[in-house]
Amino acid sequence: MALLDRRDKDIRNLPGFGTMAVVAVVFLYAPIAFLTLYSFNSGRSISQLDGFSLRWYKAVFANEGIQTAALNSLTVAVIASSVATVLATAAAMATVRLRFRGKEVAYGIINFPLMVPEIVTAIATLIFFATIGFRLGLMTVIVAHIVFCIPFAYLPIRARLASMDAGLEQAARDLFARPMMAFRRITLPILMPGIISGWLLAFIISLDDFIISAMVAGPGATTLPVHIYSMLRLGITPEVNAVSSLMIAASSILVLISAVLSRKTKT
Amino acid sequence: MKVHGHTRLAALLLSPALAIIAVFMIVPIGITTLYSFLEPARYGGVIWEFSTDAYVRLLFERDIFDDTLSFSTDYIRIFVRSLVQAGVATLLCLLIGIPTAWFIATRPDRQKTLWLMLVTVPYWVNLLVRTIAMLLILRDEGPINDSLQAIGLTSGPLPLSYNNFAVGLGLAYSFLPFMILPLYAAIERFDFSLLEAAYDLHANRWKAFVGVVLPILRPGVVAGSLLVFIPGIGAFLAPDILGGGKTIMIGNLIGQQFQGSRNWPFGAALSTVLMTLTLIALMWSARRAAKAGTEVV
Amino acid sequence: MILKNLTRMAILALGTSTLASAAAAEGDLYIYSWGEYTPPDLVEKFEAEFGVDVHIDTYDSMETMISKLRAGAGGYDIIVPGDGTMQILIAENMVEQIDVHAMPNFEHVDERWREVYWDPEREFSAPWAWGSTAFVVDTEIVTGDIDTLAVLFDPSDEVKGKINMLRDINDVINMALRYLDLPRCNDNPADMKKVLALLETQKEWVKSFDSETKEPLVSGEAVVSMSWNGYAMRARDEKPSLRYVYPKEGFTGWMDNLAVPKGAQNIENAKDFINFVMAPENAAMITNYARYSNGIKGSEAFVDADLSGAPEMTPPADAPAPEFIPTCSPESTELYDRVWTKLMN
Repeated sequence: MALLDRRDKDIRNLPGFGTMAVVAVVFLYAPIAFLTLYSFNSGRSISQLDGFSLRWYKAVFANEGIQTAALNSLTVAVIASSVATVLATAAAMATVRLRFRGKEVAYGIINFPLMVPEIVTAIATLIFFATIGFRLGLMTVIVAHIVFCIPFAYLPIRARLASMDAGLEQAARDLFARPMMAFRRITLPILMPGIISGWLLAFIISLDDFIISAMVAGPGATTLPVHIYSMLRLGITPEVNAVSSLMIAASSILVLISAVLSRKTKT
Repeated sequence: MKVHGHTRLAALLLSPALAIIAVFMIVPIGITTLYSFLEPARYGGVIWEFSTDAYVRLLFERDIFDDTLSFSTDYIRIFVRSLVQAGVATLLCLLIGIPTAWFIATRPDRQKTLWLMLVTVPYWVNLLVRTIAMLLILRDEGPINDSLQAIGLTSGPLPLSYNNFAVGLGLAYSFLPFMILPLYAAIERFDFSLLEAAYDLHANRWKAFVGVVLPILRPGVVAGSLLVFIPGIGAFLAPDILGGGKTIMIGNLIGQQFQGSRNWPFGAALSTVLMTLTLIALMWSARRAAKAGTEVV
Repeated sequence: MILKNLTRMAILALGTSTLASAAAAEGDLYIYSWGEYTPPDLVEKFEAEFGVDVHIDTYDSMETMISKLRAGAGGYDIIVPGDGTMQILIAENMVEQIDVHAMPNFEHVDERWREVYWDPEREFSAPWAWGSTAFVVDTEIVTGDIDTLAVLFDPSDEVKGKINMLRDINDVINMALRYLDLPRCNDNPADMKKVLALLETQKEWVKSFDSETKEPLVSGEAVVSMSWNGYAMRARDEKPSLRYVYPKEGFTGWMDNLAVPKGAQNIENAKDFINFVMAPENAAMITNYARYSNGIKGSEAFVDADLSGAPEMTPPADAPAPEFIPTCSPESTELYDRVWTKLMN
């Protein structure tokens, strides 16, 4: 009884919040479960189950185009989100912790890529690359992705910094002779949840992008979303479900690895 | 550190991000803004002749018989509809996102990153594929309606698809992590002793939450809302697929001008107006917050 | 550590892009097409016969492809434009003149695809595949005279609320124009007002505007749906009561063609490929894979049995001929755009 009372009073457990989190996760995974189920369909339909088969997985493993596209997408997303996160971290440090003139302007510029409709970014970037003679390839996709990933990485990091007490870093600066040392020992660990959040958002926004990638990709640089959209004309088959399920499997493996690693480092 | 030192350090920290955005985004977008003042070429692209037709068309309709202009609300309505859509998306994401982020932030340290990744894993699947899957679940002949009828709870299909309910669900689905993650970043390792003190003071969890937690959530709410609201204005997959494609959003309208309708200047004009409005709103709110001392920037 | 890995990946990314451009010198062919449209067996056969490496990239729309070519950003040797797009590419001087009519295998091209509006002499393009845009009816539910657009625009009670339209400005408006017996690519505002009125009335009965037409038809969510003939065949595979209708008021035909963009690096390989595709046994592979007709005489002998007689590919004798619609004038395009915007507002 006393225990129950204690738990009831614990401010961390607000009533309904845990339930809401579970609802959110179910909501996020329901379509994923549905499309994974149909990746095992023996028929061509993505909504009428004929029987169980691995034919669509075999199709993915025989389809060089779709594999290259998936690999391209992952390469672009890892590089673009990582570079964007580094740039965004530096920018967030400046806009939150320092005093200088023109802060609103800097804030506006950093968030500018959010405000441009995707198709306009796509066409403008294509024309720009062509004008300066930047040969289209995977590199052009990466550069374009870095740009639009910056605000997605910046805003969570900024939110983190803004919610933290600047006094701690001030104390760290007094404690450590070199500012870099203070940054690495104190500020960076404090920032970590923001950096992880920012990187994850930049990563998924890059992985999902289709319009910009379609416009600025050169030969051999087709990404997975571009490939999937290009299949619409002839109809989506469970092959798309199969490649999607494989992506989920790959990401789940990463989650597991990181879980195991974090367990090891903590003990 | 002294104030002038700040300026130099700030420049150093900011310049890489600002430079890459300036070169690869602002310069190219400048070109398209220029396009909005030109004439459309027959098969797409532009003719280098000055014209304000694109902006006139935004507000006025040229009469088909006597060539006079009359005020038209067609495009304003599309703008308004898209803003409302973005607002709905933001509210829904806040509603689901705050409890979820709070829940994740109060997990033991080891589990936090795991939960974050759990929230983002579904986004490894393309939005189009996810949205189609959601339609197939919600539709009249989908598994939800089938099972409801099978167990006799309903006699006919519930109208879950091709309506505003479905669009709202789809929008929340499109943007949820963009709300949860910034919120989490803002509240993680929040000093809970503060909350306990507040609890003693208010003697009610909810009052403590509102009095102490909401202010701390603020930076996360601002960041998350920007990441949901601004892209939400241009979103069109959810209304196209889950809403049955019976309305047009600003995102479709602009895309249509650069594609099938081949009127680049008009597309550029629509986008310039949209960008200008968002930028002004953003900088105005940042300046106001800075003056009020809440330091949003 | 992380940084080191990142630089390594960045170098890798740079490396692959330079490698790709270095290898483009000889023995390669870069195709830019719709996804899953190029039969793998056709590619393998061509690679084996000519010793050329084929690379395929995909686009989602004609406009993406045109925009990239217009920006002068190429690297592709073969593109697969539709008829209207082909007309634009020739007018804008964006494709190489490759004199397809003089190629050895041109003799296999069906007469009806030799003099076409988009390339009257066949100097720039060869046929790849063609099809039509009409509609599908579930004959189990809809009875009576179904060979008319009235099924869509003056629907009976069992059809009301169960119509799916393609989410495509041109296809929808052209269909409405046919029902009203008005010319396509219409630039007469009075006519277009009638179109808007018709479509606004019809919208009440439309369940969805969705270009993925198979799912709603098979599930029964829609009993009538606009459709491309290839999609219609896939849908009938899953639900035999579906029938692709060639309405008496007429319907749109389209043809995808092979062409070589200006500045292509491997023109000779591209020409070899185009000539290769015009051989009947090779053209048949397109039909077997993508389930659309090709334009080559004698390919029927190599087409799978279930396809050669399919009603979606062979219109009945009394059906009207498919209408191929050129790219409309800017005036008409703007009117189409306005009608669509109002309809969707």
